[in-house]
Amino acid sequence: MDKKDRLCQETWAKSSSSGNELPKNISTEKPSFINFNFNSQQYEQKWEDTSIFGSRTNSSFQEFNPQSETQSLLPSNPNDHIKMADQENSQINETLQTNKIPDWDPRAMLNNLSFLEQKIHQLQDLVHLIVGRRGQVLGRPDELVTQQQQLVTADLTSIIVQLISTAGSLLPSVKHTLSATTTPVGQLGGILFPSGTGMNNSVQQQHSSGSKVSDQSNQMDVTGNCGTEQNYSIEEHEMKDEEDAEEGENLPPGSYEILQLEKEEILAPHTHFCTICGKGFKRDANLRMHMRGHGDEYKTPAALAKPNKEASSEPVLIKRYSCPFTGCKRNKDHKKFQPLKTILCVKNHYKRTHCDKSYTCSRCNTKKFSVIADLKTHEKHCGKDKWLCSCGTTFSRKDKLFGHIALFQGHTPAIPPDETKGPAGPSDKGDENEVANKVGSINYSFGSGGANGTGAQNVMDVKGGVDDPASYFSPLNFDTCNFGGFHEFPRPPFDDSESSFSFLISGLCNYSQKTGGESSSNNIQ
Amino acid sequence: MKRQKMTIEFDDNNSNKSNNNLFDLLSEEIVFAILDLLNTNPLDRKSFSLVCKSVYNLESKHRKTLKPLRQEHLPRILNRYPHISHLDLSLCPRINDNSLTVISNACKDSLRSIDLSRSRFFSYNGLMSLALNCKNLVDVDLSNATELRDAAAAAVAEAKNLERLWLGRCKLITDMGIGCIAVGCKKLRLISLKWCLGVTDLGVDLIAVKCKEIRSLDLSYLPITNKCLPSILKLQYLEDLAMEGCFGIDDDSLTALKHGCKSLKRLDMSSCQNISYVGLSSLISGAGGLEQLTLAYGCPVTPALANSLKNLSALQSVKLDGCMVTSAGLKALGNCLISLRELSLSKCLGVTDEGLSSLVTKHRELRKLDITCCRKITDASIAHISSSCGNLTSLRMESCTLVSREAFVLIGQRCQFLEELDLTDNEIDDEGLKSISRCSKLSSLKLGICLNISDEGLAYIGMHCSKLTELDLYRSAEITDAGILAIASGCHDLEMINMSYCRDITDSSLISLSKCARLNTFESRGCPLITSLGIAAIAVGCKQLTKLDIKKCHNIDDNGMLPLAHFSQNLRQITLSYSSVTDVGLLSLASISCLQNMTVLHLKGLTPSGLAAALLACGGLTKVKLHVAFKSLLPHPLFEHLEARGCVFEWRDKQFQAELDPKCWKLQLEDMIP
Repeated sequence: MDKKDRLCQETWAKSSSSGNELPKNISTEKPSFINFNFNSQQYEQKWEDTSIFGSRTNSSFQEFNPQSETQSLLPSNPNDHIKMADQENSQINETLQTNKIPDWDPRAMLNNLSFLEQKIHQLQDLVHLIVGRRGQVLGRPDELVTQQQQLVTADLTSIIVQLISTAGSLLPSVKHTLSATTTPVGQLGGILFPSGTGMNNSVQQQHSSGSKVSDQSNQMDVTGNCGTEQNYSIEEHEMKDEEDAEEGENLPPGSYEILQLEKEEILAPHTHFCTICGKGFKRDANLRMHMRGHGDEYKTPAALAKPNKEASSEPVLIKRYSCPFTGCKRNKDHKKFQPLKTILCVKNHYKRTHCDKSYTCSRCNTKKFSVIADLKTHEKHCGKDKWLCSCGTTFSRKDKLFGHIALFQGHTPAIPPDETKGPAGPSDKGDENEVANKVGSINYSFGSGGANGTGAQNVMDVKGGVDDPASYFSPLNFDTCNFGGFHEFPRPPFDDSESSFSFLISGLCNYSQKTGGESSSNNIQ
Repeated sequence: MKRQKMTIEFDDNNSNKSNNNLFDLLSEEIVFAILDLLNTNPLDRKSFSLVCKSVYNLESKHRKTLKPLRQEHLPRILNRYPHISHLDLSLCPRINDNSLTVISNACKDSLRSIDLSRSRFFSYNGLMSLALNCKNLVDVDLSNATELRDAAAAAVAEAKNLERLWLGRCKLITDMGIGCIAVGCKKLRLISLKWCLGVTDLGVDLIAVKCKEIRSLDLSYLPITNKCLPSILKLQYLEDLAMEGCFGIDDDSLTALKHGCKSLKRLDMSSCQNISYVGLSSLISGAGGLEQLTLAYGCPVTPALANSLKNLSALQSVKLDGCMVTSAGLKALGNCLISLRELSLSKCLGVTDEGLSSLVTKHRELRKLDITCCRKITDASIAHISSSCGNLTSLRMESCTLVSREAFVLIGQRCQFLEELDLTDNEIDDEGLKSISRCSKLSSLKLGICLNISDEGLAYIGMHCSKLTELDLYRSAEITDAGILAIASGCHDLEMINMSYCRDITDSSLISLSKCARLNTFESRGCPLITSLGIAAIAVGCKQLTKLDIKKCHNIDDNGMLPLAHFSQNLRQITLSYSSVTDVGLLSLASISCLQNMTVLHLKGLTPSGLAAALLACGGLTKVKLHVAFKSLLPHPLFEHLEARGCVFEWRDKQFQAELDPKCWKLQLEDMIP
């Protein structure tokens, strides 16, 4: 309880300070709501919390801008606005019924509420007074009107702030020792949205009978909802992230708002925390599964359901992210700043670009990664069909290699070395010798078939193929020719065969044999 | 010529005696000029170089091109000829890495062109030394190197000055190797990747991206799709594109192309089944300069196709072989504004008198017409062809069987500029031949299976067509010695004659043909009256003889082989099946060093040992057809050895066949044709 009190005080202080700021702003010509929204934006940027605030402020921004105008100029049709507020309230009521907040101190709440009641009554009186005066005196100077408005606004603001901080005490997250920075923002961020409607309502009360306090207390509860909704919006982004951000989208600067997370937040392992036990999760869905263990109320289909995106179907200002690393192209101060689309993009970008690559592939031991998913993707393909370029770059796909080669001058496909060590190359000499041996052996056996019978061993060799070498050669009637020539048969493998066979011709017929000198030139054409 | 050389040699001998060589007085320029003119017969140069030492040396210096027969002589030959720039190794089946290393070290920078298309046994090592040592290499033909892998292609890529590269049938080369070549050989102007089945879009695309100088690109039978087409069509100088049998390219991908290739001059889209006139017209839309279009075995020839050719004003040649043709399509082709010079409709189904007539009457400038196997056309077409296309130089009309004998008279009367005439399997008779003999420029005449012609008609040809170089009388059964005598005495330039199955031919025909000194191809299958005497006469008279077919000449025996072995030193190919040649005759052929191709089936006198001796003795053999029985009769190591030398064996298992009467044969043939 101690903590809770302290936090409450803190929020009170903060809200009051923001409230204090308001009067200054009010003095300017711009309508007060817008100023207020601006302030909230500033806060957001300081605290850097998740997207929800952005979207909330946006909606309030767009919704209330026209209202503020009508209010300052012609408050002609106030009922419409009330309807809108009522609609929202009814929606909120529904959600309230489903979401009961456990573990809260009803007494402290009662105190706060009664305090608020008093304040609201005071304000009511004041407004009544103004209305009464207006009826009496016509054509009053504008300054007086604005003064009155300022007064009402200041009071309303303080009421709202207190209201919300009271509601905030119901937030379970406040009870836990989470990072002290985020939670208050969560509260304040939550405040901003209902504050818009709340003020609207109260301002309209100037003209109509005004809405009841109970409405406002409903709204107070809404802030509690807002706090929990925080997670949903993060999940939405995660979903988008998996599709991966397409770079180079052309958003005109200023058409989106820029958020920048701190390094520590980016590197934090978890983004979703259990509001009860504080356990961190990477995914919202995992958190929801986890929450089931904390009680039956988390097991309802609504609690387990994936938050729908209907809320964001209204026109919302696009959010983009900036990298906290100064000098990075993704940093908002960079000249050619290119924003990152989602938080996951921020995380991956920051790790890939500004962090050490601590994960090494266990297969190749060369490739390093800073995002573990990248390592896993790489390991899937590591060692498979490598398409190698002469520059040393490897590709898992051939078309990628060829695209690379087509792009760069002088790069050429690298043939894997095992192919160059094919059997054709080094063994060629051996092949040559083999041929020579074959020629030799066969010639020997051939010769042995004749009169000489040299080299019985060679005859043996041929026996493997033919049963009887002598009989196999015998039908050829060698006696008809001059067999002296066969001494030369076991000649070097590629001797000029013409000259060595010249004897055959001379033995068989009377044609004069060509000279050996001519033979070499005969082989040219 | 021969006599002149003899006298020169005689002079030479005299001068040698007096130690005063007259040839030394001849300046280098004069000898070079003489050598420049000695280019009709390679043997002339050889004998000229043997005149004396100085001429021998000058010839060595002068020679730029070399076509060696045996790789084992390469070191000596290259030593003798230091200035070789073109090396044709297509006669050397066995070129290994050592040979290539020897070549690269001997030729160095002088080598500009090398043909390895028929060689095997080399690998990337040899190619690497070739590429590194011969920096000026411009042409490399590596066709049929089916064993080469990407590493070899990478070695080729080291030849940075390469301009023309043939890689047909290099089936193991993939995109990676082609990628190396694309990056390495920037100056490529021609590359043929026909049948390189390992090359896909990526490789072709890279070639087109990196080699901007490409003029000629052959992508036939590659598994490519439309992905590589845009970059090919961006090639600025591309003139020649062949995409035969590219089944991966279809109409849809072609119509998606934004622009055709403007510089294209020759396009071959044969056998592209998935391309119709739609895709074609998209591809040629921008190619206003297209001259030659080949669409053989492709889409039907319809008016739509003809219409897509309408804007090609430069088109001269269209080849539609084997296409479905409609009369309307031919008419529309005739109505195109273009004026064709060459048209091929061979084996087209649906060519009728009506279509062909209307086509030829519009294309009066036609020079070459091929209507082979257009079986529906009759005299009417021939009349139109002969009256309209008076300038025809080539007419091929094999198997136009409905054309009557009178029609051929018209051809002779009106197409007197004919140089090539194919009348195989037609009804032409002696009257027709008499008329055709008026074509004095005729150089090639094919009269195979013309059963109506006789010696009388052939005599007219012999008398008037003195420029005849090629005569085919295959199965023209009425021809006898008298007709051949007329040809031999009138056509001295005859280079090729086929008188197979002219059964009445005797030795006297061969003796008369021996006067034709240029004869290089002699086919006389199934002429039972020819004996060794006639073959001896041919061998003595026709020194240029490279191809001899004496299958089924039963009376030719070893006595015919011996003069062949001695005189026909240019003989490359011989078919001896069913003749009476024995071991001795076959072995004697071993003295013909050029002999590469031998068919010896059903030789009764051939023993296994004799065959073995002959095979071993003929060192240059690259292809031998043998009866399968010898496979088991000869030792396996023998075949291994011969295969290692570069010889390929083809085993045949045909039964001995008796010869049919020519008329029966033709009836049998007609039965086979649907």
